Amino acid sequence: MHTIFALATARGKSGVAVIRISGPAAHQVGAALARDLPAAGRFALRTLRDAGGGILDQALILRFDAPRSFTGEDSVELQLHGSIAVIRAVERAISDTGLARMAEPGEFTRRALMNGNLDLAQVEGLSDLIAAETEMQRQQAQSLFTGAMRGFADTCRADLLRAAALIEATIDFADEEVPVDVSPEVGQLIARVIVAIDAELAGFSGAERLRAGFEVAIIGRPNVGKSTLLNRIAGRDIAITSEIAGTTRDVLEVRVDLDGLPVTFLDTAGLRDSTDAIERIGVARARQRAEAADLRILLDDGQEVAPDFGLAIDLRYATKSDVTGFGISALTGEGVDQLLADVSAALSDKLSGMGVASHERHRQALMRARDALNLAQTAFASGTGAEILALHLRDGAAALDSLIGRMDVESVLGEIFAQFCIGK
Amino acid sequence: MKHAPFDVIVIGGGHAGAEAAHSAARAGARTALVTMRRDTIGVMSCNPAIGGLGKGHLVREIDAMGGIMGLAADRSGIQFRLLNRRKGPAVRGPRTQSDRALYRAAIQSLLAEQPNLTILEGEVADLILTDGRIVGVELADGARMGAGAVVLTTGTFLRGVIHIGDRKMEGGRIGDKPSNRLAQRLRDLSLPLGRLKTGTPPRLRSSSIDWARLEMQPADDDPMLFSFLSTAPTVRQIACGITHTNERTHDLITANLSRSAMYGGHIEGVGPRYCPSIEDKVVRFADKTSHQIFLEPEGLDSDVVYPNGISTSLPEDVQHDYVHSIVGLEQAEILQPGYAIEYDYVDPQSLNAALELPMLPGLFLAGQINGTTGYEEAAAQGLMAGLNAARQVAGQGPVILGRDRAYIGVLIDDLVTRGVTEPYRMFTSRAEYRLSLRADNADQRLTPLAADLGLIDQTRSALFEGKLNALAQGRALLEGETFTPREIAAQGIPINQDGQRRTGMDILAFPDIAPTQIDPLLPAFADLPDEIRTQLAIEALYRTYVDRQQRDADALRRDEALTIPETLDYSDIGGLSNELRGKLTRIRPQTLGQAGRIDGMTPAALALILTRIRQDERLRA
Repeated sequence: MHTIFALATARGKSGVAVIRISGPAAHQVGAALARDLPAAGRFALRTLRDAGGGILDQALILRFDAPRSFTGEDSVELQLHGSIAVIRAVERAISDTGLARMAEPGEFTRRALMNGNLDLAQVEGLSDLIAAETEMQRQQAQSLFTGAMRGFADTCRADLLRAAALIEATIDFADEEVPVDVSPEVGQLIARVIVAIDAELAGFSGAERLRAGFEVAIIGRPNVGKSTLLNRIAGRDIAITSEIAGTTRDVLEVRVDLDGLPVTFLDTAGLRDSTDAIERIGVARARQRAEAADLRILLDDGQEVAPDFGLAIDLRYATKSDVTGFGISALTGEGVDQLLADVSAALSDKLSGMGVASHERHRQALMRARDALNLAQTAFASGTGAEILALHLRDGAAALDSLIGRMDVESVLGEIFAQFCIGK
Repeated sequence: MKHAPFDVIVIGGGHAGAEAAHSAARAGARTALVTMRRDTIGVMSCNPAIGGLGKGHLVREIDAMGGIMGLAADRSGIQFRLLNRRKGPAVRGPRTQSDRALYRAAIQSLLAEQPNLTILEGEVADLILTDGRIVGVELADGARMGAGAVVLTTGTFLRGVIHIGDRKMEGGRIGDKPSNRLAQRLRDLSLPLGRLKTGTPPRLRSSSIDWARLEMQPADDDPMLFSFLSTAPTVRQIACGITHTNERTHDLITANLSRSAMYGGHIEGVGPRYCPSIEDKVVRFADKTSHQIFLEPEGLDSDVVYPNGISTSLPEDVQHDYVHSIVGLEQAEILQPGYAIEYDYVDPQSLNAALELPMLPGLFLAGQINGTTGYEEAAAQGLMAGLNAARQVAGQGPVILGRDRAYIGVLIDDLVTRGVTEPYRMFTSRAEYRLSLRADNADQRLTPLAADLGLIDQTRSALFEGKLNALAQGRALLEGETFTPREIAAQGIPINQDGQRRTGMDILAFPDIAPTQIDPLLPAFADLPDEIRTQLAIEALYRTYVDRQQRDADALRRDEALTIPETLDYSDIGGLSNELRGKLTRIRPQTLGQAGRIDGMTPAALALILTRIRQDERLRA
């Protein structure tokens, strides 16, 4: 078992840099640099020295004893002055002890997972949390990281465990004083879990978009002010704007935090039939991206009724109010706040009913569970044998378990023994 | 006294010992069964019944392997009942009440008929070791017997202590002395020992019971027997009585609870949750005002009745009072008081899957010494321990049954992988491949293997071949012709008029179809024996599920094929939690599949173990 270390903060100049050391020799490594360590769970200020006694830095040193650390192993954290040279010197000194090696990417988290300090969904939540850019994303990741998926799975599992126990009791203890007809309760339990899974699945696409970020396509005929609007939203000149129709060819993107939502606005080529080969490619791309986007805003300068271009339009605005006197003006900013509020409201709508499931892996596990429980419900309704119903329940529970952990027959028997008086 | 050396010595003549001696002898080993008293071989110490759910499956498997428990149960069965008759065929379990005397006689005569097998009376006091390997046993009279391997089946006799209220006496069973010297020896060898307890109810005199007031439960009209060789019960069938405890019974028990050995704090061993004493039932399920009791006659000519459901460790006077409070038992005479018994067991996690103790090569353990309860669980282990001991002496590798192949495999794998926290009993819910591991197909699952191992005789082989041929013929008939929905509906079978043609097998897979309903469509099928027709209908019913489970089983077999080298050093594998590392070091799983079933094992940890095995292989290559 190797002891590993790594810089936990971003490399570069900073106020403080943190080096984490984890593994069986972590305390030994810490002591090699700092002479002695504070008590478990405490910190102390120490002078770090290399093997030759040369001073490396004045550092705050924190000691964690297994299993009460992030990884579940003995760990030490060094809070150094955030200097590139100091970091390098301390890393070299740690390496020179011969007791620890550089960690591979993600290795601390993997150890936390192995030691059961985090479940798989929590690891996903942690990675989301680090990647989170907006408030809504932070809240979503935080919920996954703090174990909301385990909570969901545990609740469903408790219901399935109870249903399985009722079924198994009628099979394995047929001669005992267990209830003969357990079907009303079993039916209710299965239905309840299906409702919970369906709710997660219904909220999945919103949750997944929140995690990955929304895309909003700005479309319309050439020269209606799409690029001007993009620049207005970005607050700087990203797109080239001109009076010449067909200026924008590529799809341009601006990523913004809209009321906590991560939103990428797409400026696209004006939609029209063109003889210019390059513009035609631009129009094709515009359509493609607009179709895939979460929301499509159609701009028009109001001179005639704009066609839909065969796309599902979510929001429409008349532009150039500075000229026409109605609608919005990307140039002056008039009405743009309202447009952003409309976008924010439309996207927030998509988040209604959002649950914890936000990764494709979650969706697949939920679908597997749903399929198994559908079979269970069919078996149940058609009066198929209890042993077959039990098989489907087992499959469903295993699928839910794959979200975080596992279930076994001992827990089913445990449930039975807790509920019924078994034994003649 | 000096004996010629044996290949295998089996210590103990209970259900594990009898089966172990028989299977070792069948496997070709010169075998000795050593027991304290020859006349107690095959005694049923507790309830006079064989089989049940999960347990009945085990007996069918023992029989399919050529064992004796099924035959003895059939020869002594006085009330055959197929449990779960109205449930799916996979979860039906054959059970019978046995006449104790007939059962014991059947076992003793089956052992006597077996060539290669010698029965000796004596108390084994010591194990003889040379260079850490078991090479024989020493009897209490000082006689030494050499052996290539030893199977130890001590049941409840290891430091057995019997409790009746606050009275406490040494004993392996009431009236029999315990094996204390051997227990001391096992302690000296520092085997990981623990303490379990079990209990038994008072025995009642049949003629003192007011049977007329009781509800009676008859035997089945068309009994399912245990052995594939048997066709019908050989002795008269009887009925059991049913009565119930009542509030007065419960009050008496509650009032005297502190005088119970269990509740008085005299017992340290852990008892089974599924076989609670009447004290336990009254305490744990205080809201229930009545518990069911089966009054099971212990034999055709016996005046002893076993009241199933009121095992106890209360003092005798309380036993009298509460028994007399029960309807029909007002005048019942207690012939032998109920008691609790505590005994030593060896942590089965220290065994390998052949049921050998790797720390004492040549020593195999079977039955209650491994933490199980039940005659059937004991016999199943005995069968495998005897077989593997014989094979080891002959220089052959062990036979290990997978979880996808037999309840016996589930039983042994559970024991050696997960250990026990209470006396272990088989349930059908322990078998993840329950739909394929059925009582009806135990022979198809195991008899070919037993034939390859030379464990079965000509009669059984021929009978099995005949059945296989008939099944093949039936399958060919069922698959050979297809029918339109119209033709099928004409037989009164509800069906979608979807234009799909279906085979006989497809039709049998519909729920609630009796084989007779397709007879008019397939007259040749009607000519097959009922047993074959029923078996094919069961196959059809489960076919889709069994195919699906087969894929899981294939994955399992891949994992089982991956053996973990015995030398693997878990302390050297990075990323394993300390808890898992400790378990792996203690249990030493033999395959990756077994490692995967260790409690708390994670896919990530398995991946680490696999990676290390692969790295080591590359290094060696």
